[in-house]
Amino acid sequence: MGVQGGWPPAMNIVVLVKQVPDTATERKLSSDDKTLDRAASDGVINELDEYAIEEALLLREKHGGEVTVLTMGPDQATDSIRKALSMGADKAVHVNDEALHGSDALQTAYALSRALGRMEFDLVVLGSESTDARTGVVGAALAEYLELPQLTLAGKVDIEGRAIKVQRLTDYGYDVVEAQLPAVVSVVEKINEPRYPSFKLIMQAKKKPVEKLTIADAEIDAAKVGLANATTETVDFAPAPPRAAGTIVKDEGDGGTKVADFLAEKKFV
Amino acid sequence: MSDPRKAAAPDPDDFLDVDGSLSAEERDIRDTVRGFAARELLPDVADWFDAGTIPEPRALAKSFGDLGVFGMHLDGYGCAGASAVAYGLACRELEAVDSGLRSFVSVQGSLAMTAIHKFGSEEQKNAWLPRMAAGELIGCFGLTEPDSGSDPGSMRTRARRDGSDWVLDGTKMWITNGSIADVAVVWATTEEGIRGFVVPTDAPGFSANTVHGKLSLRASVTSELVLDGVRLPADALLPGSSGLGSPLSCLNEARYGIVWGAVGAARACYRAALDYAATREQFGRPIAGFQLTQRKLADMVVDVNQAALTALQLGRLKDAGRCHHTQVSFGKFACVAAAQRVAREARSIHGANGITLEYPVLRHMLNLETVATYEGTEEIHALSLGHAVTGISAFR
Repeated sequence: MGVQGGWPPAMNIVVLVKQVPDTATERKLSSDDKTLDRAASDGVINELDEYAIEEALLLREKHGGEVTVLTMGPDQATDSIRKALSMGADKAVHVNDEALHGSDALQTAYALSRALGRMEFDLVVLGSESTDARTGVVGAALAEYLELPQLTLAGKVDIEGRAIKVQRLTDYGYDVVEAQLPAVVSVVEKINEPRYPSFKLIMQAKKKPVEKLTIADAEIDAAKVGLANATTETVDFAPAPPRAAGTIVKDEGDGGTKVADFLAEKKFV
Repeated sequence: MSDPRKAAAPDPDDFLDVDGSLSAEERDIRDTVRGFAARELLPDVADWFDAGTIPEPRALAKSFGDLGVFGMHLDGYGCAGASAVAYGLACRELEAVDSGLRSFVSVQGSLAMTAIHKFGSEEQKNAWLPRMAAGELIGCFGLTEPDSGSDPGSMRTRARRDGSDWVLDGTKMWITNGSIADVAVVWATTEEGIRGFVVPTDAPGFSANTVHGKLSLRASVTSELVLDGVRLPADALLPGSSGLGSPLSCLNEARYGIVWGAVGAARACYRAALDYAATREQFGRPIAGFQLTQRKLADMVVDVNQAALTALQLGRLKDAGRCHHTQVSFGKFACVAAAQRVAREARSIHGANGITLEYPVLRHMLNLETVATYEGTEEIHALSLGHAVTGISAFR
């Protein structure tokens, strides 16, 4: 595996970017193979990955080095790659192969680990989950495949030399987790405020290198990816039921009481 | 030919798919400005309009600068070097929030920075443009005077030589960002005709008074500039400026942005009316279902899309280096009037609610009253078109 070590601490950071259907639009699975119907809605960068990009850029600003975007996805994913480059990433790797269609979370982690195996990196940053599948396991699975420390749900990242310290957000506060680079870090939205792409970077984006990889290029075993070889299966699905009509409380001097009664009835209070 | 019955139903927000012809880069710029406007501007703009000011203009300028919108269509000196269409899209998305905010960007980029970029010396460009592009310095543009509006050639502001210095006397009026500016590009008559000057606003004898009591463009600072014996070194003169054509060429740039901006204001009003009509129920059903409302919405969607096409066509011409200033006059004449019609219809669909700041429609409608007169009144643009098609000037 091509992990870069040593000193000086200019960091090669790989940020994983997934294109997902816009959460503002209606999302669908296609009826023939029960996978995501990507044509049904616009693709956007998975929201948490924007925080991952921002964190990678902040770390680059602090420590120097390079930020590489790694995306696995079909042709349309180039839109998300371009946006990541417009935010300031230096270059990108796009793993795109029909054989990857329908891969589940574990297969995705495997495929990404193979692509990363060809790259030099000190740190892999990704969003802690995607807004489409919401499995939240790719970061952990990827770290296992790479045999690297995993620092998940990071709300704060500090790096000194080869030591990385992360505040891992929990229900009760946060844990402080430490490891040595190289490592895999998944971030939550509390970590930063993603920047807007600047116009200058938008216009530079198309000149930045985007390496396109097939599964053969990335030495991904075709027998281990794709819908037919998936470790999980979508057995059935149904569209979400239409939202029930809300209750309108008309204030006739007793609006407060009615709202309080409603909350009590639903056991919210 | 493909079967038109199988074509996808049009998007009510872009009925003629005008944006379908944008390049990926242009779409990225549009989406970036739209996102910025929705998060940073839209939540506060009604309060700013209500207060009649922009509370923190320096912070706003900095955020515009970080975005890269100031002078984005200019090359070098910290400017992004984007296309005319990209600049137009930025104006459209900003004015969909408020004309005053687009005015802020127009004045900085198309007027003050363009004047320095076009007519300035290398030293002047390096001294001012990078910091103006970054939003660290705010610029304004002084051409109009209390008694010289449509006829700027009648200006009374004078610049006379005194040794190697210049001394400026006069008054400029309706100057956007005048009282918050660090630098003013001031136009004055000299013995060699009208010339432009770069005037630091801390120069002795320079003062700016904010215009109060405006009922339009309230989320914008408008000022009077007073030049009382302002003494400037020789290098304050913009060496490339010569004659009235110089400031008018800057105005032509700004006007181009206004064409796009008007489309944004119109679209915002139309969208608000569509939302309101769909949810407002009278006689037991949404008012969107009434024929009179549908007629209004039909008129609006036509106006919005025709204006959008006009703006895009001007942008394509401009990027090809083939946009004549009378074509920009066409755009301002047509698109601002269209936006005014849309705003008025939108306000009527909103009924009483339409007159409040809770909804954007009357705010846009009032702003458009200014947009219709500044940078060339509707009448002047009509005469410019009349001149262009007949060859006969009706006013000069």
